[in-house]
Amino acid sequence: MKHLTPSEYEALRRLAGRMIPSSERYGVPGADDPAIFERIATTLCEREVPLSGLLSAMSPGDLEEAALDEVASALGAADPDAYRAVLTALAQCYYRDDRVMRALGMEPRPPFPGGFEVAEGDWSVLEQVRRRPSLWRPV
Amino acid sequence: MMERADVVIVGGGASAAAAAWSLADTRMRIVCLEQGDWPEPERFPTTGRDWEVRQHTEFSTSPNQRRAAADYPINDDESPIKIINYNGVGGGTVLFGAHFPRFHPSDFRVRSLDGVADDWPLDYATLQPFYEENDRMMGISGLAGDPAYPPKQPQMPPLPLGRSGMALAKGFNALGWHWWPSDSAIATQEYEGRPACINLGLCTAGCAQGAKGSVDVTYWPAAVRAGVEVRTRCRVSQVLVNDEGFATGVLYFDADGIEQFQPAEVVIMAANGVGTPRIMLNSVSRLFPQGLANSSGLVGRNLMFHPCAYMVGIFDDEQDGYRGPHNWFASQEFYETDASRGFVRGYTLEGNRGSGPVRTAVDGMLAGALPLGEAHHEAFRRQFNRTTSLLVICEDLPEEHNRVTLDPDLTDSNGIPAPKIDYTISENSWRMLEHGRDRAIEALRAAGAVDVKGMVPIAPGGWHLMGTARMGADPERSVVNEWGRSHDVKNLFIIDGSIFVTSAGVNPTPTIQALALYIADQMKQRLANLFD
Repeated sequence: MKHLTPSEYEALRRLAGRMIPSSERYGVPGADDPAIFERIATTLCEREVPLSGLLSAMSPGDLEEAALDEVASALGAADPDAYRAVLTALAQCYYRDDRVMRALGMEPRPPFPGGFEVAEGDWSVLEQVRRRPSLWRPV
Repeated sequence: MMERADVVIVGGGASAAAAAWSLADTRMRIVCLEQGDWPEPERFPTTGRDWEVRQHTEFSTSPNQRRAAADYPINDDESPIKIINYNGVGGGTVLFGAHFPRFHPSDFRVRSLDGVADDWPLDYATLQPFYEENDRMMGISGLAGDPAYPPKQPQMPPLPLGRSGMALAKGFNALGWHWWPSDSAIATQEYEGRPACINLGLCTAGCAQGAKGSVDVTYWPAAVRAGVEVRTRCRVSQVLVNDEGFATGVLYFDADGIEQFQPAEVVIMAANGVGTPRIMLNSVSRLFPQGLANSSGLVGRNLMFHPCAYMVGIFDDEQDGYRGPHNWFASQEFYETDASRGFVRGYTLEGNRGSGPVRTAVDGMLAGALPLGEAHHEAFRRQFNRTTSLLVICEDLPEEHNRVTLDPDLTDSNGIPAPKIDYTISENSWRMLEHGRDRAIEALRAAGAVDVKGMVPIAPGGWHLMGTARMGADPERSVVNEWGRSHDVKNLFIIDGSIFVTSAGVNPTPTIQALALYIADQMKQRLANLFD
């Protein structure tokens, strides 16, 4: 497993916090939340994502001031595979956090064994199709 | 030396299970060699909090991504559609969506009706009793009366329409287009020991509950009870032949990587449309220098996928999201040929419910459809649980240049050459994809979608692997005859998607299994003179 240097860890944490910031309106932490980011960093290290090229493409200003769209474009151009890996890990770790799931109205639990409800629906909507003549070609 | 088997079956998936079960009543000694293990439902992703992540890592449908011990690498660099599969007892059915449509009668008469490809050497009426037998074994939910099909009777009521189904129904009805609840190998009530589906959602990562009819829970237990031996972690490398041109058995690597020989009176290939030609092309001998049973030169050729487009509608109202089986709704409004559309043959539009939060975020962020920064949360909430999609599944026509060969360099962990895929999407398929994309957008808009995004074609869409050892009456134009026996090797049978003459525009598993049951039935009827 790879390891991040303290400076790499901090740079990535600040970038994650800009990409998915905390929100009072929605009652969610940011991706730089200590628990969430630790999971992101561990995931990237476990997957042995080479981050040095990506991180070296960032300037200190990227972490604070530069327009995020421009930063994202620059990072994606610098190392597309690593950038995709970062976005993937970011989403995978952020959206499985209990606080985030609760804020989305989900129970923080695996699907099995509880399962989920799906409405049966109103089958009368099929009547229009039932009245159609057959549409398969006899041979 | 191993004890001689009457029948050795290579592969443990959909066709192998059906044929083994059918042949078991002959009391022959049947051995199935499967390179993977029995699935362990308690390990399927939906049992854990990291379900959405594990679906795309150790339970990825891509063998090149999954890289499990049972997997072999596939060089699909020269194909815009990438191969997906599952290697283990149950094969692709372990990770399939369980959508279970039959072919149409016209699908067996493509040359006669539309002047393209070839007719099959059998027809819908011949397969119908085997479709019905297969439905009983797999346990099918659905609804009788579909005007797109000849009469058929599913065993259980259909999957729930849900919010997504109601939205799609509204759209298709407004346009006056056909739609119907899909036949699905998912139990909606208790069936043969399987519980009713509780809408876990991730059918394509294995059903932890056991409601889905993968063959490890349908056919295989019955076949094993009847005396069939399933030998796992056995990777077949070659079929051997004697000087008379008969197969003598198969070479395989066991779980310890030791090469073994399993002698057999009959060899049945059931390793899918890529795995089967791979083994046959690797089975080079004095009599078959171009690969086993390959006098026609067609082993590995005519590879067909189903090129697919995927269109995602974003709705203001909440949809079903990550809940419930995803393939439950199908339209065949554009299935049969209409020359005015600019292409021959047709496609199915399959409904798809939505995605979990992780998948919604990953897909949206990678596609640039979900902004980063302050706007992220609001945009995410406009998409999460608010999407319903349509998959356009197009009939692919056979072309000899689309093929499986052996990679000159890449090998699996046992040193067996890996398959190499060379495939291009035909002009006809492209026109069909574009037509389907436009109709899907129209339908989703009519259903109430405020925005529609999509992907044409789906790159990781090589679910259905067909045509690489086609059946036919002419030995110069086919690899197996009209009942699945090799033209060249009289005790070699092929029963998987390799033998398809054309692909139709539907998921192939019911037809693969009906063919396997039909071929097994033909073998039983001809036991006294099987090799004549």
